[in-house]
Amino acid sequence: MKKFVLAQFIFFVSVISIVAQSKDDKVCLDCHGDKTLTTTRNGKQVSLFINGKSFAGSIHEEISCTGCHSDIDPNNLPHSEKLSKVNCATCHETPVQHYERSLHAEALKKGLTLAPTCVSCHSKHEILSSKNLNSRTYVMNIPALCGQCHKEGTQVSGMVNPEERKVLSDYSESIHGEGLFKRGLIVTAVCTSCHTSHDILPHTNPASTINRNNIAKTCTQCHRQIEQVHTKVIRGSLWEKQPNKIPVCIDCHAPHKVRKVFYDDSFPDDKCMKCHGQKELTKIVNGKPVSLYVNYDQFKNSAHTNNPCIKCHTNISNSKNPVCLNSGKVDCSICHTTQVDDYNISLHGQKHYQGDKTAPYCIDCHTSHNVQSKKNITSPTFARNVPELCGKCHREGKNIATALDESKLGIVANYRESIHGKGLLQSGLLVTATCVNCHSSHRELPKKDPRSTVNPNNIATTCAQCHLGVYEEFKNSIHSPDVTKTNQKLPVCNDCHRSHEINRVDLSDFRTQIINQCGKCHEKVSETYFDTFHGKVSKLGSVRAARCYDCHGAHNILPASNPKSKLSHNNIIETCQKCHPNSNRKFVGYLTHATHHNRDKYPYLFYTFWAMVLLLVGTFSFFGIHTIMWFTKSLMEKKKHKIEKKKAVEISQTIENDDERVD
Amino acid sequence: MNEPLNTNKKYYERFDAYSRFLHILVITSFISLALTGMIIKFSGTGLFQTISKMMGGYAVTGFIHRVAAVVTFIYFFLHIGYLFRKKRKKGVSFTSLLKGENSLVPNKNDLKELIATMKWFVGKGSRPLYGRWTYWEKFDYWAVFWGVAVIGSSGLILWFPEFFTNLGLPGTFINIATIIHSDEALLAVGFIFSYHFFNTHFRPDKFPMDTVIFTGKVSLDEIKEDRPREYETIMQDPELQKKLGDPPPVFLSRAARIFGFTALTTGIILIILIIYSMIFLYQ
Repeated sequence: MKKFVLAQFIFFVSVISIVAQSKDDKVCLDCHGDKTLTTTRNGKQVSLFINGKSFAGSIHEEISCTGCHSDIDPNNLPHSEKLSKVNCATCHETPVQHYERSLHAEALKKGLTLAPTCVSCHSKHEILSSKNLNSRTYVMNIPALCGQCHKEGTQVSGMVNPEERKVLSDYSESIHGEGLFKRGLIVTAVCTSCHTSHDILPHTNPASTINRNNIAKTCTQCHRQIEQVHTKVIRGSLWEKQPNKIPVCIDCHAPHKVRKVFYDDSFPDDKCMKCHGQKELTKIVNGKPVSLYVNYDQFKNSAHTNNPCIKCHTNISNSKNPVCLNSGKVDCSICHTTQVDDYNISLHGQKHYQGDKTAPYCIDCHTSHNVQSKKNITSPTFARNVPELCGKCHREGKNIATALDESKLGIVANYRESIHGKGLLQSGLLVTATCVNCHSSHRELPKKDPRSTVNPNNIATTCAQCHLGVYEEFKNSIHSPDVTKTNQKLPVCNDCHRSHEINRVDLSDFRTQIINQCGKCHEKVSETYFDTFHGKVSKLGSVRAARCYDCHGAHNILPASNPKSKLSHNNIIETCQKCHPNSNRKFVGYLTHATHHNRDKYPYLFYTFWAMVLLLVGTFSFFGIHTIMWFTKSLMEKKKHKIEKKKAVEISQTIENDDERVD
Repeated sequence: MNEPLNTNKKYYERFDAYSRFLHILVITSFISLALTGMIIKFSGTGLFQTISKMMGGYAVTGFIHRVAAVVTFIYFFLHIGYLFRKKRKKGVSFTSLLKGENSLVPNKNDLKELIATMKWFVGKGSRPLYGRWTYWEKFDYWAVFWGVAVIGSSGLILWFPEFFTNLGLPGTFINIATIIHSDEALLAVGFIFSYHFFNTHFRPDKFPMDTVIFTGKVSLDEIKEDRPREYETIMQDPELQKKLGDPPPVFLSRAARIFGFTALTTGIILIILIIYSMIFLYQ
């Protein structure tokens, strides 16, 4: 405290003395105002001219020359030729202190002549306030000022890391640079906003504003409410409490747009690989050895090639030995927030957190270090490999498929035979639906769950991801819940098309089954369909005979009263013409669902039928009686004949016997 | 079989070759129509679905049905032509042709014989002295006429619905035609395969079959017993006695029996299938 008071006192005294001395400046300019005034230093001629006008406009105008050049005695001129260096710290103590420990000063101490000093940025006698538009340190001019040395192609740029060579052009393309240059936003961050003006330190230095642990603080200077925007990443207060758990700003927002430096100076990958590169490295889990070997070459070919180990294995600390001791499971949500959120909702996630060992975790599908983009053909999540991947558990004979629900038997086998499966696996159509297209990749839920993509209420939208045209037709059809308000169950895509056994609609299997599908709800109508020709030949296996949807439409089913219906007065002839080219107005009067059992609806058919029945019964009855009577009569006659014959024989025999006796 | 005991006994030609040929057409086409038609009538039963599959599917059975229909129309018109030629040959008017003893047109005598037969059945009279055509034979004959007309015309509507509706036939008539076609066919099939079979073949005095429709010949003895009035006519008419001759050759008798039994068996099987389906399977 005493020190501080003393320093203040000295500062005041010196300012007062400087102001008092300013009148003497004219005396200095008597000589230094002459443009021809030169001196020779190290064999070189150096100008000693000082522009009085520009000095007069500078922020130091009020301070006389001797305010800085304190070793000059104005009463004893000319002064000695060799003056000591101006000490800015006389007035600017803190900035100079900062400068002294900065990267720039370090370089200077090492003898690098390129390293800047105060005057390199602030100039000598023309010093302007940083608020002055013409100042080199005015916010608009900072990038150009720093760029003098740090732009591409300079001597300095040749000395830094290759990634850092383009910082200036990267900056100008970044959102900050764009804000500054294109929109003239002077509140935009410039070099000094993050790196500070004087206290420029390497990011490895814990005191640096751009150190991993400080960067959030640096950014929040401007981005105050960032916690609210990034709640998912930061989870409330985690950023402050456990910054090691989460990424810092620049992990996602590359500082100079494309720079990719992830502080691997502090935890370089090779540090990890020293141990984890050894194949025999194991740990004991539940009494069983588990390999901890990491194939680094494989990892470097993975989708995470640009991530250092520490980016995922965040819970690593130098205070532990080994540093990764009990670092725990990798939390993928650090970067893949949405996916993990979805997973947590999913049945997989629920079961996993309940301790179900059969429930898959991220790495069970994505693998751990060999994780690949789903666009990579070798990735297990590549479209063509998805059925196999899911089939690992959901195949018949595997625990899951049979344990949960018997109706789930054979899903993989059925899928393979379905139109989707054939498209994917036989034709190699990658746009074909795989398991995840319908069930979603991370948020799969049982269909009973209203949030599930395969819930009856959502299935149409799910299919619409690909079959949009069909969906649009369906949405306006009588089966759509938007059109028909009912408590009864309305059909959705998979009621007719099935889920895993989905078929091509032009093949016989589908055409044969569809009648039963429609008949599930339209029981009576489908019964009467079978009373007419179309239904009868369908039953005999005809594929061509008209099915429900051939007349009613498939997805655009509307009541016949709707003019847009395929069965409306204006459209029905055309509808029939698909099979009956000579269809006409009278022809379409044919009753395709006629039944002779309904007297009120179809009286003609009813009476015709009963007339025919009468005719049949009458004829059969008459001849039935006729035949029975005839049959009995004939039998009686035959019996009579036999008896007569027998008698005749007996008589002839007695005659013969009599003859014998006579003999 | 009423094989003649005495080969010297004369045989009378009851049916000429042309009529016998037509009856073979009737038998083959009728059985084909019955089978393929019942397949579609009872399409809901697995039994007939299987038969359809065995025959090559609905397309094949449909084709057979239409071919047999064409055959039916052919024999129908061939028979009409036969009547015209007969009339020209005899040089008589139609009325006398239809009123003659040889005519199949029912008359008062048939009614008398029907009543007399009934009396005989109940033991209140002797067996009527039947002539060349009994009343049940006349019924059979006209049943075919009626059947071909009704089933044929309704069948044509079903075959060419677009054509007929284009002529102005309402679409509902296709439905009506379906009922008529199907039920009339059921009547025809049911009648032929039961009553016709019994009346002609299975009645005890003819059992197991009467081959006269194939061989054309019947022994004079049999006529004497079965149709006394015709016997009288033949005995009195030297013109008709010209039709007396030798018994049919053995190979013809044998062929007649083979074909006849095949047709009878098929018919019996069909009628059993139909009754079985109607009782147990048809909804």
